[in-house]
Amino acid sequence: MLLKTFNKIYDTDVGYSFFNSKIAIISSTIMFIIFLCSVFAGVVAPYNPFDPASISLMDAFTPPSWSEGGSSSFILGTDQQGRDMLSTMIYGSRISLIVGFASILFAMVLGVFLGVTAGYIGGRYEIIVMRLTDVQLTIPSILMALLVNGIAKSVISQSMHSEMAIYVLIFAIGISEWPQFARVSRASTLVEKNKEYVSASRIIGLSNIIIMFKHILPNILRPLLVIATIGLALAIITESTLSFLGVGVPPTTPSLGTLIRFGNSFLFSGEWWITFFPAIFLIVLALSINLLGDWMRDALNPKLKIR
Amino acid sequence: MIVVAFVSFSLFNFVGDPVISLTGEDSSIERQAEVREAIGLNDPVYIQFSRFLGNVIQGDFGISYQLKREVSDLIAERMPATLELVFVSALLAIIVGVILGVYTGIHRDSFVSNVILVISLAGVSLPTFIIGIMLIYLFSVILGVLPSFGRGEVIDLGFWSTGFLTISGLKALILPSVTLSLFQMTYVIRLVRAEMMEILQTDYIKFAKARGIKKNTINYKHALKNGLIPVITITGINIGTLIAFSIITETVFQWPGMGLLFINAVYFVDIPIMSAYMIMVAFIFVMINFIVDITYYFIDPRIRIKDEMS
Repeated sequence: MLLKTFNKIYDTDVGYSFFNSKIAIISSTIMFIIFLCSVFAGVVAPYNPFDPASISLMDAFTPPSWSEGGSSSFILGTDQQGRDMLSTMIYGSRISLIVGFASILFAMVLGVFLGVTAGYIGGRYEIIVMRLTDVQLTIPSILMALLVNGIAKSVISQSMHSEMAIYVLIFAIGISEWPQFARVSRASTLVEKNKEYVSASRIIGLSNIIIMFKHILPNILRPLLVIATIGLALAIITESTLSFLGVGVPPTTPSLGTLIRFGNSFLFSGEWWITFFPAIFLIVLALSINLLGDWMRDALNPKLKIR
Repeated sequence: MIVVAFVSFSLFNFVGDPVISLTGEDSSIERQAEVREAIGLNDPVYIQFSRFLGNVIQGDFGISYQLKREVSDLIAERMPATLELVFVSALLAIIVGVILGVYTGIHRDSFVSNVILVISLAGVSLPTFIIGIMLIYLFSVILGVLPSFGRGEVIDLGFWSTGFLTISGLKALILPSVTLSLFQMTYVIRLVRAEMMEILQTDYIKFAKARGIKKNTINYKHALKNGLIPVITITGINIGTLIAFSIITETVFQWPGMGLLFINAVYFVDIPIMSAYMIMVAFIFVMINFIVDITYYFIDPRIRIKDEMS
């Protein structure tokens, strides 16, 4: 049974291309492992970094186990509060991934909605939406996210802020990424709009909303998936950058970027591992998502294959 | 521009209470009313907005809540640092990017080209701040040859304080500008490479080859000239991105520029500085787009001819 489904997947174009691309297999395996680890953080991580009972300041600044002075109970060493680096990183990657996924989802819903409706309805509405995306595309996403974050910070009172921070962050990153989705979905909608099945559904009297989101949307999902993957890597990098700058998630729930920021201040006193491991982790995560996105772009685009 | 100005104006006025920010939480109600009247908050909104616009055009952005100083002074003080940094890294990104891009475009399958391309792929995935931290660790902590923060000694030229003229200033510039330029450099490399590969296939290059023109002349005089046109657009957009990313680089290296000022303003919810920075950046973006459009006209004869014909 399992073998049969496997063969079925292997037989499709995309499946074939996947199993014949080393980069795709390796990067998706790495991604999969990281996802699993962060979802089951409570089981995988050797310690719970947020449980005050399990951490002791006496253990602070323990170097990684293989270097001098290291302890075998902390494989990658500990940070300034005596938290095990490996566990903190696993919990940190959970926050990074949640923010990354949520903000891409937000950007996708907003961008696709505006893009599809703009492409389908056209007219003045389309011009306004497209002008908006043009304007926003000239502003770098990191700056946009910073601005939104700064504004939100001044709107929300200080006491509310640490609870709201993660939602603000998701909103800020989502807002900075949506124009990509809007552009692509509009372009694809313009192509799909003139196909026969759309005319047919119009003739049988379906409402515009059903045509747009039930009939056109499934047909334009492929390119959107590619953008979403590459956007995920971007969102994770943006999140960690914002956290690194100190305007991201609050320090009580550190993401990878926050960990790097903490570690940065200990770089000069020789505690390199506090910064080094989260940084490597982040690079591996971003690189594997990027490579997977690259592969998807080639595999899902039939035009490239013919050549 | 106007939109941005309006957004930052409403930010200034409706977000929080500027009166409380100026007078302090525990000032008396009479004092608050006095200040409110003095800064004209009792006027209708459109009068306030036109006054705000007038002030901005005169370069008056109000007073920073946190530092209690004129925002325009603060920005004028910090601007040279950021502009020097952005200028050097843009230059670095273009020069090195074009050289490497041309090399990889001409010698397509050589070992060196592949190494350059792999590194450039990593450059896209590496967040700027991690590059900065790694460079600091390598050159300041381990090798100890370059300073890791600040601008070094600066010479004050009255309106412009420059780090170009002292050795410590130049030394301090190396790491931040390399950090900032790496990301852009990878884009330029890929762009120039793709352009060169495409142009080398065109008919006029084949014809030049048939005429027996030297290979170097073809590569650098005929092909490169056309390959550089998109680089100009990218450079224009890049300068905007560089300004945005200078926020990160300035934080990593504690470079006393506008980005650091802005980040501190975000920490302390210092709205006048935030709105001033927003307006400045929007202005720079509009200017860059304008300049890029004009340069096109001069560089690409095709646009000029089309204009003259119509």
